Amino acid sequence: MCIKKGISAAIAFARYDQNIMGEEVKLFRTWSSPFALRIVWALRIKGIEYQTVFEDISNKSPSLLQYNPVHRKVPVLLHNGRPIAESLVILEYIDETWKQAPLLPVDPHERAMARFWAKFGDDKVLGSIWSVFIKQGKEQEEAMVPAMENLKFLEEELKGKKFFGGETIGFVDLALGWLANLIGLLEEIVGLKVVDGEKLPLLSAWMQEFGDAPIIKDNWPARDGMILKFQALRDATFAAASK
Amino acid sequence: MADEIILLDFLPSIFGMRIRVALAEKGLKYEYREQDLWNKSPLLLEMNPVHKKIPVLIHNGKPICESTIIVQYIDEVWKDKSPLLPADPYERAQARFWADYIDKKLYDLGKKITLTKGEEQDTRKREFLEFLKLLEGELGDKPFFGGENFGFVDVSLVAFSSRFYAYESFGNFSIEAECPKLIAWTKRCMERESVSSSLLDPQKVHDFVAGMRRRYGVE
Repeated sequence: MCIKKGISAAIAFARYDQNIMGEEVKLFRTWSSPFALRIVWALRIKGIEYQTVFEDISNKSPSLLQYNPVHRKVPVLLHNGRPIAESLVILEYIDETWKQAPLLPVDPHERAMARFWAKFGDDKVLGSIWSVFIKQGKEQEEAMVPAMENLKFLEEELKGKKFFGGETIGFVDLALGWLANLIGLLEEIVGLKVVDGEKLPLLSAWMQEFGDAPIIKDNWPARDGMILKFQALRDATFAAASK
Repeated sequence: MADEIILLDFLPSIFGMRIRVALAEKGLKYEYREQDLWNKSPLLLEMNPVHKKIPVLIHNGKPICESTIIVQYIDEVWKDKSPLLPADPYERAQARFWADYIDKKLYDLGKKITLTKGEEQDTRKREFLEFLKLLEGELGDKPFFGGENFGFVDVSLVAFSSRFYAYESFGNFSIEAECPKLIAWTKRCMERESVSSSLLDPQKVHDFVAGMRRRYGVE
């Protein structure tokens, strides 16, 4: 596969580069954050060596609070002591700093479209899927409507392409990658099919293709832990709603 | 071949103003087309089928949507004049971070001031001023958020100043009293032709917001 060869070359280059530059790259993350996973994938795709600092959200480290005083969230990337926060901002920073295996296209209009779809994922798709997940009965049926509309836009965008980035994984794939993991988990917990292979064949195929790519597959958070976590979140939301 | 640039916009829109400022900074000629947001044109629906919103920039027939994305596009295509994003990747990341934060918070904070009353409005005013103070901290002693030069974050934020009079009027408070540095910054920005020619007159914005309050039954 093209990705494997590219990665080996990129890793070799990056190690040489790091030995010369003495770069320090640290990623503050949690075990389950889908936003932090984007950064793990990007660093792996570019073959960048980094250290991981796992955070406990209920007990945030002084370092995290120091490096992200505004949002106090993960992920935070620390590069030679300088912090960058907000996952999509971090992805662009990584892409501009380490030029191998580019994530964004070269053409300005294509770049604008990539940014558009990544933002659409975060602003609309995520919230609409979450609504389906935390609702029941008629409310859940109603929540499916905007969720399906949003997923159909993604389906359209995949026409003629293997990945959102074209032949290889790119910026939009990393931004939407959470779908490939979370959708299956949420469907299992709720007992409802959201991404139907018949209604959304391209998106289904992409979830499979993306999810099976070596760098992606090796880095999914532990499935059991995720099921427990999201089941608990759902239960807590129902409990709060019924008060 | 000359570039064809069309901007689908709405005069009181903060997001539209960002594009007008960016295009003016780059000295670009374009066709402005005012949109009726309550009776959306076929062109708008065709060019932004996902969100059906303004602003939309149409460059040689191709649409670009979402104001922050449009400003970056303009900066990348016409990169030789008045760069808005800095050259250094870390500085660029900081600029994107603040523009993103402004996008996530400020519009809703301001809007809520104009659509609420009493105690709820007091809370909104407090949150709004806290946010502006945070921005003042980020500005520091620099003339612009971009440093010596008017830049990406300045473009993202300056259009909000056209709404300050409306917020103050309907909220019955003074922004300058709490955030003098930020008001000084808005005045500095307004000295630029690109800004003064792009922002809608605050009285007109006020009247538009008054209309929206009537529409939402606040008045």
